[in-house]
Amino acid sequence: MTTQTWAAVAQVLVLVAALAAVHVPLGAYLARVYTTPNHLPVERAWYRAVRVDPDAEQRWNVYLLSVLGFSLMSVLFLYALGRLQAYLPWNLGFTGLDPAGAWNTAVSFATNTDWQWYSGEAATGHLLQMAGFAVQNFVSASVGLAVAIALVRGFARSGTDARIGNFWTDLTRGVTRILLPFSFVAALVLVASGVIQNLDPHTAISTVEGATQHLLGGPVASQEAIKDLGTNGGGFFNANSAHPFENPTPFTDLFEIFLLLVIPFTLPRTFGIMVGDRRQGWAILGVMASLWAAALVLTTWAELAGPGAAPQAAGAAMEGKETRFGLAASALFAVSTTATSTGSVNSMHDSFTAPGGGVLLFNILLGEVAPGGVGAGLYGMLVLAVVAVFVAGLMVGRTPEYLGKKIGQREMTLVALYVLTTPAIVLVGTGLSVVLSPGIAGIQEAGPHGLTEVLYAFASAGNNNGSAFAGLTTGTPYYDTLLGVAMLLGRFVPIALVLALAGRLASQTSVPPSAGTLPTHQPLFVGLVAAVALVVVGLTFIPVLSLGPVVESLS
Amino acid sequence: MSTTTVAGDLASFTRQALAGLRMLLAFTLVLGLGYPLVVTGISQLAVPWQANGSLVRADGSHVDRRGGDVVGSALIGQGFEGEQWFHPRPSAAGEGYDTLSSGGSNLGPLNPGLVTAIDERRAAVAAEDGVDPADVPADALTASASGLDPHISPQYAAIQVARVAQARGLSDDVVAGLVAEHTAGRDLGVLGEPRVNVLELNLALAALGGADADGTQGSAAD
Repeated sequence: MTTQTWAAVAQVLVLVAALAAVHVPLGAYLARVYTTPNHLPVERAWYRAVRVDPDAEQRWNVYLLSVLGFSLMSVLFLYALGRLQAYLPWNLGFTGLDPAGAWNTAVSFATNTDWQWYSGEAATGHLLQMAGFAVQNFVSASVGLAVAIALVRGFARSGTDARIGNFWTDLTRGVTRILLPFSFVAALVLVASGVIQNLDPHTAISTVEGATQHLLGGPVASQEAIKDLGTNGGGFFNANSAHPFENPTPFTDLFEIFLLLVIPFTLPRTFGIMVGDRRQGWAILGVMASLWAAALVLTTWAELAGPGAAPQAAGAAMEGKETRFGLAASALFAVSTTATSTGSVNSMHDSFTAPGGGVLLFNILLGEVAPGGVGAGLYGMLVLAVVAVFVAGLMVGRTPEYLGKKIGQREMTLVALYVLTTPAIVLVGTGLSVVLSPGIAGIQEAGPHGLTEVLYAFASAGNNNGSAFAGLTTGTPYYDTLLGVAMLLGRFVPIALVLALAGRLASQTSVPPSAGTLPTHQPLFVGLVAAVALVVVGLTFIPVLSLGPVVESLS
Repeated sequence: MSTTTVAGDLASFTRQALAGLRMLLAFTLVLGLGYPLVVTGISQLAVPWQANGSLVRADGSHVDRRGGDVVGSALIGQGFEGEQWFHPRPSAAGEGYDTLSSGGSNLGPLNPGLVTAIDERRAAVAAEDGVDPADVPADALTASASGLDPHISPQYAAIQVARVAQARGLSDDVVAGLVAEHTAGRDLGVLGEPRVNVLELNLALAALGGADADGTQGSAAD
């Protein structure tokens, strides 16, 4: 093997070692955060100030109303901030966002998608970034965590009247005990490594050769930390984590990849602890890790091999990649960001090789469960586990059970609707955009690559990823509006279904396993869940994938 | 569904939404102002050079704050076209290295225009540096993701040494020695790729006195 290949393998080992080192203690800590009855003194003061009762258990429908009420306010508040930017301090002279753009951005950040039609350095001032985007980076991630924990409680509890916790308490604790303290430390690590953190405007200087260049300012490190830790992905600057001020060194690059994977890969441990059987957590982790590893191997191989006319002409697939990261670290970041619903990029996915870009798209279409976004990955994976149990039950003709809960008709209805929701959004949105003229107008490249651009955009929005195959011109009223709708439905329809499922499960009485119960902690089950995930995506998306990336790979 | 339940649901949703609004406003104060401002304060006290953008003067020295003598950031690439300078990668940021327009070309791997551009760049670099076209490395032919890539590969630096040395009246060994000094290996031995910082290398070259920033021959080269 070449030095480049050895280094590619070694950097993955460093990452995996770091994730493994924190897995057990962090998993236990997260479980304590969401199960302890004790409030911190600062949290008591907080609950008094905002006048909520932190100890009132909510039924699933009230929990859902709280999620929706909070998110509605988030969208409205962010929309207002965007529209009124001209009147805010620290706006750097930028005007307000147009209505379609403000709508798109408000939905984008409130849904943890962070799709960006605008260019940060040319449209958004520091206050909109701090008080608008960064706040949503925290709270939208905390909402995802809360919903995942509510579903886990559904499995863990027995015979309640569908009570699954208190949303306001879960939301608060996610911020005060997890996201804020961890982000604070991460921000300091980043700024010490060169990520900027100031409130300066963008001012012109004269370069060595006498050209004009602007020095950029901004509170970037504080935002970068939660952008990655909360699997948000909305870059301070247009180039996102490829920008040297967001991600200056190979060390910060690996640190950012660690941040975006650490909570999603730790949550299975928390799940195992909360349902009282850690082996169940290992099984879920096994599915997530094998799908992530497979995608990583494929993408790294594709980028190092560099098939395609342009990479062949240049000698390597370096178009859209930074020198300090090179091919392997770009592939590692790209796989991790598309597998976690983050959507930040350290390299431009549109310029990846056809097979490499195809794997990234597949990662998103998979519903981002390997390991998925903060919280969203766990609840998505648990839904697939229920499908796997159901399929196995059909094979042997028994009523399926998972973690002592019977999976009956009502449960399967909710699960089936969940599985169908995002594909419907993605395929309808893509279909509309390749026949309607404002949709066609945005496509940069003719032929199969153009279809891939549109499919990637709707897959990214519908699955709340937010990364872009940036060739598509999306800052138009048509795409801003339609992608906004896709993000909104792609976030809250699945959440409603998951909370309804949690309520059903919590009201069931747990049944002890019998001789005929399928063990859900063994390698067989891991393989079954992974197969279910691949088959569901395959059956849904093979036709459109054939017309896009597959044709492109073969041509 | 009876009207009373609908009204009840609506009232319940309104209550939740109002609680949500109070929470959001409180979060905005703590997370939107408190957190970034505290991080800014600590950063400005502890690591002001990094926090303000790793600014450098024309003599290569570091400076914590913006001022008249700042020529750039050690982290941000800038354009160099004169033959006495090491050249950076092609840039898709605006007209090239425009920090107000960061980004890549977003051209796909089969794009015919990109293939043509790569072929033309290969011929141009080979002609300018007087090397075999096959020796021009990929980073010299492709635009980076940010358009602000501050680095080139050691291979791209190596093929530029003879041209820069000749333009400055320096020996190849002196210039190659400077390149070696400004070449960074992989972080921790395994992370990322080896690289040469173009701005820092060029400022070190200028400090040798071979040529000044206008490209005219300086006294030390006479």
